[in-house]
Amino acid sequence: MPEIIFQIAIIVTKIVILTFMVVLPLVPLSVYFERRFSAIIQDRVGPNRVGIPLTLLGFKKDFHFFGLIQPIADGLKLFLKEDFTPNHVRKAFYWMAPALTVVPALITVCVVPFGSPISIFGHSEKLVIADLDIGPLFIFSVASLSVYGITLAGWSSNSKFPFIGGVRSTAQMISYEIALGLSIIPVLMYYGDLNLSTIVQQQADHGWLLLPLWKNGHLGLPDLNTALFWFPAAIAFLIFTISIFAETNRMPFDLPECETELVGGYHTEYSSMKFAMFFMGEYAAMVIGSALIITLFLGGWSIGFGLDAWVSDLHIGDIYFGGLIHMGCFLTKLLAFILFFILVRWTVPRFRYDQLMKLGWVVFFEAALINVFLAALIVAAPQLKSVIITSGAVLLLIVTAAVIWVAKVSEDTTKVLRA
Amino acid sequence: MAIVKLQRPKLNFGEKIYFGALIKGFFLTMSHAIKTLRGKSVGAESLASSGLGITMQFPEQRWDEHMPEYYRGAPALVTDEQGRERCVSCQLCEFICPPKAIKITPSEIPSDDPWAKVEKRPLEFDIDMIRCIYCGMCEEVCPEQAIYLRKDYLITGLKRADMVHDKKKLYEIGGTRVGLVNKWNELK
Amino acid sequence: MSDTPSATAEMKSPKSQAAEKGLVNVQIDGVWHQFPKGTRMIEACRQAEVIVPHYCYHPKLTSPGNCRMCLVQIGMPPRPAPGQEAPLDENGYEAIVWTPRPVIACANTVSENMGIRTRGDLVEKCREGVMEFLLINHPLDCPICDQAGECRLQEQSVQHGRGISRFVDMKVKKPKNVDIGPRIRLDDERCIMCSRCIRFMDEVAGDPVLGFTQRGTHTTLTVHPDRLLDSNYSLNTADICPVGALTSNDFRFQMRVWFLKETPTIDVNCGTGTNITVWTRENKIHRITPRLNDEVNSAWMPDSHRLNFHFIDSEARLTEPLTRITDTPSATFQPITWNSAISHAAAQTKAIPAAQTAIIASGRMTNEELFLTRTLAAEIGTHHLSLVPRFADADALLVAADRNPNTTGAKMIFGTDDPYEKLDSIRDGVRNGSIRSLIILGEDVITDANFTDTDLGKLDFLLQTSVLANPTANQAQIVLPSAAFAEKRGSMVNLSGRLQRLNRAVEPQGQSHDDWEILRDFILALSGDKNEVYHIEDVFKALAENVTAFNGLTLSKIGHQGIEIVDTGYQIPLLTNERARQAAGLING
Repeated sequence: MPEIIFQIAIIVTKIVILTFMVVLPLVPLSVYFERRFSAIIQDRVGPNRVGIPLTLLGFKKDFHFFGLIQPIADGLKLFLKEDFTPNHVRKAFYWMAPALTVVPALITVCVVPFGSPISIFGHSEKLVIADLDIGPLFIFSVASLSVYGITLAGWSSNSKFPFIGGVRSTAQMISYEIALGLSIIPVLMYYGDLNLSTIVQQQADHGWLLLPLWKNGHLGLPDLNTALFWFPAAIAFLIFTISIFAETNRMPFDLPECETELVGGYHTEYSSMKFAMFFMGEYAAMVIGSALIITLFLGGWSIGFGLDAWVSDLHIGDIYFGGLIHMGCFLTKLLAFILFFILVRWTVPRFRYDQLMKLGWVVFFEAALINVFLAALIVAAPQLKSVIITSGAVLLLIVTAAVIWVAKVSEDTTKVLRA
Repeated sequence: MAIVKLQRPKLNFGEKIYFGALIKGFFLTMSHAIKTLRGKSVGAESLASSGLGITMQFPEQRWDEHMPEYYRGAPALVTDEQGRERCVSCQLCEFICPPKAIKITPSEIPSDDPWAKVEKRPLEFDIDMIRCIYCGMCEEVCPEQAIYLRKDYLITGLKRADMVHDKKKLYEIGGTRVGLVNKWNELK
Repeated sequence: MSDTPSATAEMKSPKSQAAEKGLVNVQIDGVWHQFPKGTRMIEACRQAEVIVPHYCYHPKLTSPGNCRMCLVQIGMPPRPAPGQEAPLDENGYEAIVWTPRPVIACANTVSENMGIRTRGDLVEKCREGVMEFLLINHPLDCPICDQAGECRLQEQSVQHGRGISRFVDMKVKKPKNVDIGPRIRLDDERCIMCSRCIRFMDEVAGDPVLGFTQRGTHTTLTVHPDRLLDSNYSLNTADICPVGALTSNDFRFQMRVWFLKETPTIDVNCGTGTNITVWTRENKIHRITPRLNDEVNSAWMPDSHRLNFHFIDSEARLTEPLTRITDTPSATFQPITWNSAISHAAAQTKAIPAAQTAIIASGRMTNEELFLTRTLAAEIGTHHLSLVPRFADADALLVAADRNPNTTGAKMIFGTDDPYEKLDSIRDGVRNGSIRSLIILGEDVITDANFTDTDLGKLDFLLQTSVLANPTANQAQIVLPSAAFAEKRGSMVNLSGRLQRLNRAVEPQGQSHDDWEILRDFILALSGDKNEVYHIEDVFKALAENVTAFNGLTLSKIGHQGIEIVDTGYQIPLLTNERARQAAGLING
């Protein structure tokens, strides 16, 4: 009995610490970064004022933490705003929708490994809430639920622009989920495992997927097969990253909420905390998406350069705290990737809707599919005879050429039809 | 209107792939970011930047000494060298005012007034500074050189009524303006 | 008026065609027209829709030709040598030889085969010169001048002037701000000596008190010594003054004219029914000017009528329904809602037998209101219905003896020759107690109909509708605020039988209602019927169905100039004068 209570206590502690003390604070932090970074890109200052107004108490200078408290002030403002429900909405769904966008994003946190296991007095504990053996699949299945939030928000608002936003969002998510799913099949084939902790551990041991420059804890050039696999891995990374942008409705794929066309998009009719929840959901999805990319392609919590084993062994007495250093490394990578997200937002202009759809269905879907076969060929190469490899490569080339040709032809026909 | 058909530019493969442009864009935005952080943004110096970007930090730093001669602040009424109020309430500013911020009640100057010769002056002259858009049309249209946009820009109030500048306030802001055309003096 | 001869008349020359109709052919700016012989050139141009700028010419006044602004170039065919035929062009007109010297269009008449050019270098140069002369001594008063915005001098100096002054000397000083009459202010510096005001006072008003003194550039308009410009028509001089020399004291510095909205309506101060324009801004009337109607008031109106609009937003204006508080000793009123006011009134009226109820309506009510009054009397079942007569001296021009504007309409709607006859019997009835309930619509019977406070004190119920607080309203149980003449729509019939229309220039003040709405609500409250009348048009429709003279008419068919619906034989004296002068060839319009 006490064993189970102990287990439950550990799980609850992990949930509280990892979800509510690590991931959730990242949301306002990324909002702050978004505002500050965009300001800097645009030669502005950005929010730098909110702090402790010491001058009111007679001091010489205010103390403002570089405006880091701004997100708290924003949140407070949103809390204090009137929570207005328009008369014409479908109430039950209208109230449900914001929750449906936030909750899936936060649930996906539970399979992300934040660091290597830490062990205290011989009791080893992984820094992941639920060490599932179907990590990426779980994330996909839960994350795709968040489209319900957006669609329901659009529909239940019972007004034009939110509805268009909702419909756009649905179409976009469905389109890009396919590319998303297909693009990581090569990765999973390579690792031969669906457990994210194992995947990260493998990267820590044998080099990151995109940086395979160490082996078994020592720096060194990869063997031919691993080096060849770098190409399908890079393609997968590209498709996966861009699809994550689309999945999180981030610029340049934020058509469900593009202000120039749809006022505010699916959340036009929302105010106060309900709006804030959409906001949170969006940023939480961004955090989770970044975490997933890092975990799959960039070594997760791994520090790299063959240092991981050494870090894992750091201990003071019986407390092995290397996991915390790994967690720090993971969060650093995460923040860097969030900054990349923001940089993209303020650099790349928004796509047109047909361009978005074409990119998803004509380019990424085919590219991901071909990539699967390419990766399969490379992964299987050591076991196969050279004749089979050559014929496979030729076949793949033909198929690729055919796909490109079909894509070109289909483009031409649309032109003819339009004329 | 004739319809002009534009030919979309032919893109080569590299341009179609779009990545080149993306990378270029990243460099552009990042160069701006770096310049901003170093306080070297274009125009930072002339705009008295606070050191980050080109923005001035308002309550601590003031515009005032950087304000150009042509700055259009609060509109105000002026008096001439002899202390005569120049406005004769012709109501042209009221007419031209795009946001309808000006409201004038004309009146006749009593015959015992030293300037009775002018015959007409405003009884009330209200400018609603909530409405005013600082366009300067009133100044441009005024045939008596009586209304000018001064450099006052900190127009604040706690009530709507506070934001309506009445005649007294307008002359307070405007003060005396010398060296203008004096068509109501004794010679005329 | 056509320059293309029809197929059947091809043989005849244009000259003989026109001569058959007593007309002459005139070419204006290259287009041939036909006009009666003796038409002034400026009038011919106006009919041909060609504008000739002018100051001194006024179609209702004689033409002295002293402003020289209307200079045009004319041409006539050369006289052929004896025995020769003048050569004709393909349309049968003789060739025109243009004279090098321009003539004024206002004082010369047209003749056969004449050509008039109102454009071209010569004419433009003349106008520019005339404008420059006129502006030599004109002060730069425009910012303070009430005429600015409707000033001919402003308009024409923009169109035809130079834009820059070449004048270097001192301007001539003349009297400014001269008090020449109780209602008119004179500024001699602004005067351009067109003499319109002088001619108006002489020819139309018949009170020649104005004239020019001095000579040349010192010519000054003055009023005759020992006299004032105090005629009841003096404000018309301010209307016709093309510049700001004569301005109205009442309108002085009130509002610039470009802010004002014009509403065409009619005057209600006497039976003439003068056509007027009401000038308003933001629900405030700023002035009233006469509106041209050759069948009613020509272009003029009396000052007494023109200035009678200040009561509309005066202190005495009633703005909410009032009911008397009975339990306090002093007679005080308290405001109530329209619904309770109407239902109280209906209940009290029903409580008193119809035979003991009387209605006193007003000759200032519109046809629609009078029709509803008739309906109200029928609904109550009383025959005690009368108007209040209002007679005073007539003048020999526009002011009629009957100061009620709609007596003719009342006669037709009530089907009686004397709508005033029952007033005495009603007064007697009130005094001897046989009438206990009185409904007074828009009249002050204490001031105007010899009732006294004691008379009205005997009544059990007194309902009053009124625009202003007055002694009669003071005695009433319920006072309903109604709309003034500029606040309502409707129609009236003037003394000469002309049906004319009132238009709403401003919204009724406060909660006051249109009279027809009050009557409708009152009738419905009495009968308990459902409302089917939503617009004044509906009332007029019912009126047109029920009163023969109005058959087939609608409010919109009346138009801004009115329609004559009955011949009363009444002659407006001013029109008689004007037609005589027209027949004598003194005036053209």
